[in-house]
Amino acid sequence: MERLFQAIREWFINLAGKFQTDFIVDNRWRFLTNGLAVTLEVAFFAVILGIVIGFIVAIIRAGYDRSRDSAPVRRKKGRKRSGPVNLRALFSVAAWRRLGRGLFSFANWLCKVYLTVIRGTPVVLQLLIIYFVIFGSTNISKVFVAIVAFGINSGAYVAEIVRSGIMSIDQGQMEAGRSLGLNYIQTMWHIIIPQAFKNVLPALGNEFIVLLKETSVSGYIALEDLTKGGDIIRGRTFDAFLPLFAVAIIYLAIVMLLSYGVSRLERRLRSSEH
Amino acid sequence: MSTEPLIRVVGLKKYFGDLKALDGIDLEIHKGEVTVIVGPSGSGKSTFLRSLNLLERPTEGEIYFEGVNILSPSANINLHRQKMGMVFQHFNLFPHMTILRNMTLAPVQLHKLTKQQAEEKALELLERVGLKDRANAYPSQLSGGQKQRIAIVRALCMNPDVMLFDEPTSALDPEMVGEVLDVMQNLAREGMTMIVVTHEMGFAREVSDRVIFMDEGRIVEEGSPAEFFSNPKNPRAKDFLSKVL
Repeated sequence: MERLFQAIREWFINLAGKFQTDFIVDNRWRFLTNGLAVTLEVAFFAVILGIVIGFIVAIIRAGYDRSRDSAPVRRKKGRKRSGPVNLRALFSVAAWRRLGRGLFSFANWLCKVYLTVIRGTPVVLQLLIIYFVIFGSTNISKVFVAIVAFGINSGAYVAEIVRSGIMSIDQGQMEAGRSLGLNYIQTMWHIIIPQAFKNVLPALGNEFIVLLKETSVSGYIALEDLTKGGDIIRGRTFDAFLPLFAVAIIYLAIVMLLSYGVSRLERRLRSSEH
Repeated sequence: MSTEPLIRVVGLKKYFGDLKALDGIDLEIHKGEVTVIVGPSGSGKSTFLRSLNLLERPTEGEIYFEGVNILSPSANINLHRQKMGMVFQHFNLFPHMTILRNMTLAPVQLHKLTKQQAEEKALELLERVGLKDRANAYPSQLSGGQKQRIAIVRALCMNPDVMLFDEPTSALDPEMVGEVLDVMQNLAREGMTMIVVTHEMGFAREVSDRVIFMDEGRIVEEGSPAEFFSNPKNPRAKDFLSKVL
């Protein structure tokens, strides 16, 4: 009993010494604070990029899925034609419509490829490819590369979340908006998206928390984010325990803060309606 | 009548896969007319009504609205829909907006009215249906009958030339049907052109100028309410009336 107590006492004294070498000597705590700044910067801008990409992809996908069931008008043969000038105007508008439909279905195909590739490959690999292959020959900021990589990655998940949100809104809402004369985009923007957003807010909040933690693989392109910062201290002091736990606690604190923020926002949105 | 009809439908057909929902409809609607469409469920009444503002895209045929074929590829359907108000069975109010915003959204977004004009107009309309005090409420705070009255004035806020009603009282509790029918009756009295799909035979008899009976995607009987209710000619119409009256 006495010896156990002694051992615990020594361990704590030891820990205090390690704290000194891990964080105080050479201002090593700066690896953590600088790393944290990088992590937050990457996560913040990647989230914004992810939302932008995600919403665009979701709107294209949902719009395409819903427009497919309304078949185009079958025209009668031998229709009366009212004159060459009119006919040309008619033809050109029809041609534009056809072109528009073609572009729409191409955009939908592109979105599908994007979703499949991004969700079907590991994020680390995507980060490496973007850094070493796509921007391989240029000398570009690693923070920028990380933002692009995580933003593109997150966009795919956000897109599916938002799409499910859009599809969950009663079709009658779209019909009501369109029957008033609003076009597709106006109806989406003012009527569908606000309701869909509220429905998917918890899932989106979750996605952002996942994204924040995922940025911890930034070390693969030697970007000194929070995780890498802790690991650098470990490499300098040969002490793994304190630096890694410190990093873990910081992530945990941020995630808990974010979760709290999301649940508050959720409550506020809910109360604004009823 | 010699004047150009407000709506002229020629040979309208709509297929859902192999199912023929509309099987060749020809119809003219004149300004100020109140037309009621009745028929058994699955007869295509709603599909027909929804085809008029292209919520359903017809497979074949022509629809002329104010002289323009709205099915032609060069027609801008959004412009035509601004002049065709629609009221749905399930109200379809926007739950995330106040009543006032529900009503002013479209006229303001489409630059038909300024925000202030739209709000004045909305309040005036709300006054007429006795719901002015609910202008800042949300749809979830209203009863079914109130929601439907709001849906009607929301459509009226766009100043439409015709109002389409798709079973406006079918989702209501029985005691709320009357308040909605009252609003519709007043509207008819003011001379609004209305096309109403409904099961309310009382409304058809008292308010409408013309009753259309549809069965299996076709118009099988058409006439004044007096004729239709007292002396239907088509056996299907007779059968139908004997069940609902």
